Amino acid sequence: MRTISYLLIGILFGITLFKSEAASWFRIYEMFRFESFHMYGIIGTAVILGISIVQVIKRFKIKSFYGQKIIFYPKEQSISRYIIGGIIFGLGWALAGACPGPMFTLAGAGFLPILIVILFAIIGTFLYGLLKDKLPH
Amino acid sequence: MNWIFEPWPWYTSGAMIALVMFLLIMIDKTFGMSSNLRTLCTICGADKTADFFKFDWKAQRWNLIVVLGVIIGGFIASFFLTNDPSVTINPKTVERLNELGFQSAGDAYLPTELFGLSAMYNFKSVLILAVGGILVGFGARYAGGCTSGHAISGLSNLQVPSLLAVIGFFLGGLFMIHILFPLIF
Repeated sequence: MRTISYLLIGILFGITLFKSEAASWFRIYEMFRFESFHMYGIIGTAVILGISIVQVIKRFKIKSFYGQKIIFYPKEQSISRYIIGGIIFGLGWALAGACPGPMFTLAGAGFLPILIVILFAIIGTFLYGLLKDKLPH
Repeated sequence: MNWIFEPWPWYTSGAMIALVMFLLIMIDKTFGMSSNLRTLCTICGADKTADFFKFDWKAQRWNLIVVLGVIIGGFIASFFLTNDPSVTINPKTVERLNELGFQSAGDAYLPTELFGLSAMYNFKSVLILAVGGILVGFGARYAGGCTSGHAISGLSNLQVPSLLAVIGFFLGGLFMIHILFPLIF
C-alpha cells in the first residue's frame, strides 16, 4: 500500500515536471535571462502554497495520514557550504538544463542523452563523498 | 479536458508541486530528489570507499520508488498527454539561442543539438552533458539539497540556509548563461 503511494506521488510529480515545462532546457535558459515569468511563477506559487501548508500543519498540529506527529527538521547552520555548493549546482543546472527531478522525467520521456547527465550526476555525488572532509562547510 | 494536453500554466504547475510536497509530508516523508543520487552511489558500493556513503540505504528505498514514479510520469506525460511538445519561449530568447547555434529553439522540448540521438556521437555535446551532470551531482550534495529540497521544501519551512542555497543556484546559473555560454557555444 505504502509502496503504491510513493509510486503514485512520483508519477504525479513526473507528469507535472513535464507538463509544466520545468523539465525543458529552454525554460531554464529563458529563466536565467529573465525573459519569462513562467519558471518564477511555478517556483513562487509552489513556495507560497508550501509556506502556507507548513504553517497550517505547525499551528494546528496536524497529524500525518498515519497518525504520526509531523516534524520539520531545521537545516544545519552554515554559510559557505550553501553558497559554494549552490553556485556549483547552479552552474550545472544552467548547463545541463536539468536538476535531479527533471532528469528522471526526461529519461522516462525518452531522451536518451539525459542518461549521460544522470550517470555523471551520480559520479559528481561520489566525488563529493570522497572530497567532503577537505571542503569548507 | 483539453487543457491537460496543452502546456500547463505556471499556477497549475506550482500548485501541483506544492501538492506533491504536501502528500509526502502527510505520509511522514520529505520532498527532496538529489538525496537519491547518494543512495544510488551506496547501492553501487561507494560505502566501501567513503564514509559519506555508509548509511542504511534501505531506509531510503521509498524515495527511489518516487523516482521510479517520476520516470513513469515523464513517459505518460510525453507519450499520452502531449500533442505538441515544442516549448514556446520568448522570441527574444529564441533569437539569442539561434545566434549561439541552437536552431531547435522554439520548435522542440529540448535542444536537439544536445539531446537528439545524434548528439550522443558528438564529443562536445557529450562533454557538456557530462560536465553539467557532475556539477549538479557535486553541487547538490555539497549544498545539501537541490531545487526540490531547498527551493521548495526548505523555503516552505522558512529556512535561511535554503535561501542561501537558492541564491547560490542563481549566482551559478547566471554566471553560466551570461558569462560562460558565449565562450562554450
